Amino acid sequence: MSRDLIIQAIVSGILMGLIYALVAVGLSLIFGLMEIVNFAHGEFLMLAMFAAFWFWTLGGLDPLLSLPLVAALLAFAGILVHFGVIRPLLKAPMLAQVCGTFGLAVALRAMAQFLWTPDFRTIANPWIAGRVQIGGIFIGQPQLMAGVICLLSFLALWLFVTRTETGLGLQATAQDRQAAAVMGIPTERMFALGWAIGLGCVGVAGTLLSTFFYIFPDVGVNFALLAFVAVALGGFGSILGSLVAGLLIGLVESLGGLLLDPSYKTVIVFALYLTVVIVRPNGLFGRF
Amino acid sequence: MASDRARMLEVARSERVWPRPPVWAIGVGVVGAAFLLAYPFLFKTPFSHHLMILILLYALMAQSWNVVAGLSGQISLGHAIFFGIGAYSSTVLFIKFGITPWIGLLVGMAISALAAVAIGVPTLRLRGHYFAIATLLIGSSVQIIVQRWDWVGAASGLYIPINRTAPWYYLQFHTSKVPYYYLALGAAALAYLAVWYIRRSRFGFRLQALRDEPDAAASLGIAVARHKVMAFMISAAMMSVAGTFYGQYVLVLDPERLLSADISIIVLLMTVLGGSGTLWGPALGAAILIPLSEYSRIWFGGTGRTIDLIVYGLLILAVCIWRPSGILSLFEERIRRRSGGTS
Repeated sequence: MSRDLIIQAIVSGILMGLIYALVAVGLSLIFGLMEIVNFAHGEFLMLAMFAAFWFWTLGGLDPLLSLPLVAALLAFAGILVHFGVIRPLLKAPMLAQVCGTFGLAVALRAMAQFLWTPDFRTIANPWIAGRVQIGGIFIGQPQLMAGVICLLSFLALWLFVTRTETGLGLQATAQDRQAAAVMGIPTERMFALGWAIGLGCVGVAGTLLSTFFYIFPDVGVNFALLAFVAVALGGFGSILGSLVAGLLIGLVESLGGLLLDPSYKTVIVFALYLTVVIVRPNGLFGRF
Repeated sequence: MASDRARMLEVARSERVWPRPPVWAIGVGVVGAAFLLAYPFLFKTPFSHHLMILILLYALMAQSWNVVAGLSGQISLGHAIFFGIGAYSSTVLFIKFGITPWIGLLVGMAISALAAVAIGVPTLRLRGHYFAIATLLIGSSVQIIVQRWDWVGAASGLYIPINRTAPWYYLQFHTSKVPYYYLALGAAALAYLAVWYIRRSRFGFRLQALRDEPDAAASLGIAVARHKVMAFMISAAMMSVAGTFYGQYVLVLDPERLLSADISIIVLLMTVLGGSGTLWGPALGAAILIPLSEYSRIWFGGTGRTIDLIVYGLLILAVCIWRPSGILSLFEERIRRRSGGTS
């Protein structure tokens, strides 16, 4: 096995891992805020990819241009989901919460299949295509661009959460809902904001993914599973934890696929999850 | 021990924890049982038989899920594993060794129970969401591995050969669906009887106690982890029975469908729709959702465009928001109000 092959796997693993991380951070944020696991997370990723696809096919908008539009659409969807679905479930038993978001996932996936058929689609000839060669390794330009935008999104998110008053309010709500409410933080609005940011991140990730990945109604399932793993590894509610865990998963997946067998790469990642939750139930960087 | 339980049941009865069923309920039960027994003769089309076989099998599967989630409070999202084990055990034994599916049924139950121990011991002590996600990932991994496992047909699955001269105990009834109907009815009836018994047994009371108040239950000396694993084993064995009969009935084992998370999720949706933790909720859920999906498949044909899952999803969402205890509780409330509100 040549050195180039391994470097290639590492680079692609990191680039894919950034996407996983951006999908996971939304899930993590939502769980950190209100202890609800959004089992429909992958379906929103799928919707974002279809949104980017239709903007391109019908409106001729390149994914680079539709990126803010899709992110805004998804953020709006997040607010709708919060007020329509999540708020009534907040005080319900856990089974109802799990089933509620699962019901949403099943309905969204079936709706996508009904409206757009189960066909695989791709965005034909986006502005950025092709690949660059550095030494002996090849990097797809869409993947490279996706990686850069993911990193910028993480930076923006991190600055927002740690440097602005609203972001601090978000953190306070995640730490102690009641204490935050007593301090005059509008926790209800923070929950809605959490959903908006969470699904906004999915919107960005989905648009980026749509430039180099197949678009079909079930596409979100596997990404959601990997996001669950990332969130469990990184600890619920931690932004940097999600980033590191996403990268780790991308690396384990691509190196595991290279060294063992590509068809088992997800199984390796799932095994990693099981090991971590059994040995360290609060994630690698768990805060409690 | 036996006298212990008798005394406990006496206490339970005197406290009206288990009120004696009223006359009308016994009447409904007798009429319902008579209807189910006579069903193949009342409705003669193969489709009506097929529909009822599916309802009974899914009622069994949902009940199996209910034992884990409804009684012990753990949300499993990987029950398709046990369904698959049941189908594969009997089929592999039959195809490769010519062993009757009846023995395959028992082997499948045993393997499923062992698998439940292997999965349950490390994961059942995880808190709520972690356990749910762990089972989801294990289920997905099992599917990926089976799809690459050549000995059991890998991704193309297995076909059960039709053998018209095989004796009855090889479960080869291809001229009529009626025998399959009675098999499914018998399996479901046994499962419901078993759960009825478990719910009012000492073991069942302990499970419900540790579901509602895990810390209090543990402090009273209930071995929480062991009870959860035992419930998981019972549930896995029940699921495996459904898998064996399903495999023998459809004759095609397709890992893409058989082991998909969809199976695990559908039994969850059925149980929650009907009412999780209740005896009849899973059956009610199956009786609502199966006709919905079968009729929707007829209306929309093989276009891949079905509306059943859209309705499923929204129905579940609505139930979770407005009635987290399930549809059955609507009836229960009405009955309770009419009978003057004891218990």
